[in-house]
Amino acid sequence: MFVQGPSPTARLFLVLALSLGLIVADHRFRHLDALRSTLTVVVYPLLYAANLPASLSSKVRVRLANEAQLREENAALHRDNLLLRGRLQQFDALEAENRRLRDLLGSSFKIGDRVLVAELLGVALNPYRQQVVIDKGSTSGVYVGQPVLDANAVMGQVVRVDPLTATVLLITDADHALPVQVSRNGLRTLASGTGVVNRLELPHLTNNADIQVGDQLFTSGLDGRFPAGYPVARVVEVRIEPGKPFASVVAEPNARLDRAREVLLVWTLPTTSAQASLGNRGPAPAGGQPGAQP
Amino acid sequence: MTESTPRLGYGLVVASLIIALILTVLPMPHWAAELRPQWVALTLIFWSLTQPERVGIFWAFGTGVLLDVVSGTVLGQNALALSVVVYLAIQLHQRIRIFPLWQQAVSVWVLLLVERLLTVWILGATGAPTPTLWYWVPTFFGMVLWPWLSLLLRDLGARLEGG
Repeated sequence: MFVQGPSPTARLFLVLALSLGLIVADHRFRHLDALRSTLTVVVYPLLYAANLPASLSSKVRVRLANEAQLREENAALHRDNLLLRGRLQQFDALEAENRRLRDLLGSSFKIGDRVLVAELLGVALNPYRQQVVIDKGSTSGVYVGQPVLDANAVMGQVVRVDPLTATVLLITDADHALPVQVSRNGLRTLASGTGVVNRLELPHLTNNADIQVGDQLFTSGLDGRFPAGYPVARVVEVRIEPGKPFASVVAEPNARLDRAREVLLVWTLPTTSAQASLGNRGPAPAGGQPGAQP
Repeated sequence: MTESTPRLGYGLVVASLIIALILTVLPMPHWAAELRPQWVALTLIFWSLTQPERVGIFWAFGTGVLLDVVSGTVLGQNALALSVVVYLAIQLHQRIRIFPLWQQAVSVWVLLLVERLLTVWILGATGAPTPTLWYWVPTFFGMVLWPWLSLLLRDLGARLEGG
């Protein structure tokens, strides 16, 4: 039926030109987001079908759970709830105190972010990018650049929004970096991803920087994107090579990047530049939380 | 394997490509993520070897763009690699079709290598990290899978045509 059409070689050149054009337009200029979100809606049934076995098996597991297990889980949840409530009382008091102090300083900083729970679509993306897809999109108000957390810590940020889904770039992606602060001494630096799960690098610390194995890192909020004071990672390796100007510091994310199923999307309440300058003075918002991390 | 069978619609082609796309994004344990066979490339190679006058380069391009969208890669990456592979398959189909199955499998392995090679080149050009050696392992799985896949699809095609 295509006998009269152009020869295979001509077609190949046409298609090659098209693909190279797509690659350049997508990678260099990001012109194709509209096309991509349209196509994502088209392939949503595929993603849904691919996710079906995982979601079915988890449903079956819930059905088959026996009473003893459920009882045990319930008891554990009760325990956790009690513990968290206890901590929350303290937190309320601290929040009130913090707000009062900030009022005294004349800053319009507000504590409290709006959150929404989203579920990961158990879809495997390209193994060379650290990305996941979640089941909330622009219809739920998700926006590009939105911070994503799990129960423990920062997971990443939204990089693409489609009507029903959104793609999240994890903090361990090689293209990702976020400003962090060491809880022990307020040292500020950048944590960049390595492309390997559970491994972050702190490439800009000099050999004499005050950093130790076990230091907890928090978001510093200086990027204006991640809210300040959320836990990010724990330093697991500090190697000082005398010949090199920078220490090689490796940290392990607190978020369970490869295991989480539910994530929290955060809407940061508006902050002002006054808050950013306050953040420099010390880990004030972070200071209340290190105790919460055992 | 006689020449084109116009009575057989595009249903089986489309269905097999959809299944290949789903298999490509099906969640797998973390250690196995890099070992996933190149399902879409294998399926396209099969159709372009057996029905080159119907499933051609434009099919490869379209499927590649869809694959880019579902797997979150740069748009055009898989489209380019799959188009070249299908072009080679179409150019060589008369030779490869008369090979015994194991020789076919080796030829398919070479085609799958071409796909990986082009992809690694695009990954490098777009600044993605260089993949590990595991990146090349799926081509061997593809070679082992080829005889079964081609028997399965050929059998399905014959049944649909007969029924």
